[in-house]
Amino acid sequence: MSKDSDLHRQPVSIAPVSRPAFDPRVVKRDFPIFRNNPDVVFLDSAASAQKPQVVIDAVSSFYERDYANVHRGVYGLSQRATDKYEAARETVRRFLNAKTAKEIVFVRGATEAINLVAQTWGVSALKAGDEVLVTELEHHSNIVPWQMLRDRIGIKLVVAPMDPTGGLDLAAFEERLSSRTKLVAVTHVANALGSVLPVEAIVERAHKVGAKVLIDGCQAAPRMPVDVQAIGCDFYVFSGHKTYGPTGIGVLWGRFDLLDAMPPWQGGGDMILSVTFEHTDFNEVPHKFEAGTPDITGTHGLAVALDYMEALGRDRILEHEERLTQYGEEALSRIPGVKLLGAGQRRLAVLSFEVDGIHPHDLATILDQHRVAVRAGHHCAQPLMDRLGVPATTRASFGIYNDESDVDALVDAIKAAKELFGR
Amino acid sequence: MMDLRDLYQDIILDHGQKPRNFREIDHPTHSAKGHNPLCGDRINLYLTVEGDRITDVAFQGRGCAISTASSSLMTEVLKGKTLDEADQMFRAFHAKIIGGEAVEIADTLEDDFERLTPLEGVAAYPARVKCATLAWHALEAALKAGGKVAEPVKTE
Repeated sequence: MSKDSDLHRQPVSIAPVSRPAFDPRVVKRDFPIFRNNPDVVFLDSAASAQKPQVVIDAVSSFYERDYANVHRGVYGLSQRATDKYEAARETVRRFLNAKTAKEIVFVRGATEAINLVAQTWGVSALKAGDEVLVTELEHHSNIVPWQMLRDRIGIKLVVAPMDPTGGLDLAAFEERLSSRTKLVAVTHVANALGSVLPVEAIVERAHKVGAKVLIDGCQAAPRMPVDVQAIGCDFYVFSGHKTYGPTGIGVLWGRFDLLDAMPPWQGGGDMILSVTFEHTDFNEVPHKFEAGTPDITGTHGLAVALDYMEALGRDRILEHEERLTQYGEEALSRIPGVKLLGAGQRRLAVLSFEVDGIHPHDLATILDQHRVAVRAGHHCAQPLMDRLGVPATTRASFGIYNDESDVDALVDAIKAAKELFGR
Repeated sequence: MMDLRDLYQDIILDHGQKPRNFREIDHPTHSAKGHNPLCGDRINLYLTVEGDRITDVAFQGRGCAISTASSSLMTEVLKGKTLDEADQMFRAFHAKIIGGEAVEIADTLEDDFERLTPLEGVAAYPARVKCATLAWHALEAALKAGGKVAEPVKTE
């Protein structure tokens, strides 16, 4: 880790006024990928974020110094690995401001978290005719698990539309809420457009009709302070690889009473208290959802990544992302023929756009030749693309290491593409 | 940096923006849909085959410059070919684009095959190969089925 980044390690509580200003160019030095690819303009953090040196080091150091299986050995090394594993749970609790670390379940990612909820809570708490309400802005991972549940037990999947500006149509959302609605599953920040959804208002309305609320926090968790108790939701999920942590690790947070009442999901080791061929007593929450040897190292890497974000200051990360989003919005709006897709009342870190006469895949190839890495495609949100009437869009998204020069490089590359295509 | 002009040659840009034979055939003898799920590219391919000869071929749909240009060029070179010749061209083109072992084609087809040369730049862009082959895969499916194929053909 560079000397500069050590500045960010100071605990926030000591003297907030003395915190150095958030400087993405300094933060960027913490990320070796940019040292090894100095000319790459990385604008695809919504797909997956790069990893700071502290996370990379934490992962290898864990294998070098502390690795053993967890919850099994009586020997010191296993105890140490277990302590770190459980300490990571506490780190995640703080990150989400959950009431207790028992509410934190480690999973492979947000996708697995949603599938877990669908297949345990969904199967046990829902019955045919009950409704699950999602929005048009969802990622496939918050659509398909509910469709699979529908096909399995006969629930109804109801979709709340977006408004013409790319935000959630809250009135239409309310119209679809009824006593039949048992779950509202919504994204916090829409991955394809960057729309920030009013999750507190959604929770309030959903709870009024007795529905539970699951929030997909994949794009929000890396970019804003998240307080699940303040939001008031019932489940919150996110993926570690988008919060600057390793791939293969993610989090399901659920209110304790809900998790406690849910049947286990996968069966195996770690999720049991005692097993005979006749009967198994399941372990307690959260262990009953963590069958088998978990991603011990990934969990530790995730905790270090979350600590890294906390040290930078999540309020300041949000400010940075908002500032850059605004800069990007303005810069793209100035290019003739570029149409920025709406993100409702509030956009965060995602610029989804079209360039007149240039297909997103041609554009992405040309941008790539200019070393600008963006995502082109349906962003795992095909129903949303259908609604927008486009087969695909080009999406630039930001992380803590991006600054205005990255946006400028994007703008230059778009202009070059337009020139090549005679537009 | 690879020169983008190798990929986006004038002929590609021209066919991409003004595709030829971009229409529906009212009563095709053969048809197939091509769908590239990753890109969202979709084409409908229509053929009129009389005896063993393709007398008309056209397409509709939307996609990137590469897939549109490839579809357009394909329709131009296929018109008047026999089914066997079309199959030869499919195999030869596919091999060339994916970098497979070269496939021999009849001497009489060489000139038309040459017209597809501008698409060869795609071989250097693995992520874009399927754009160039989408229409050809639809063609192959239609010819193999000997008629109309309802299910979209996917390139992967």
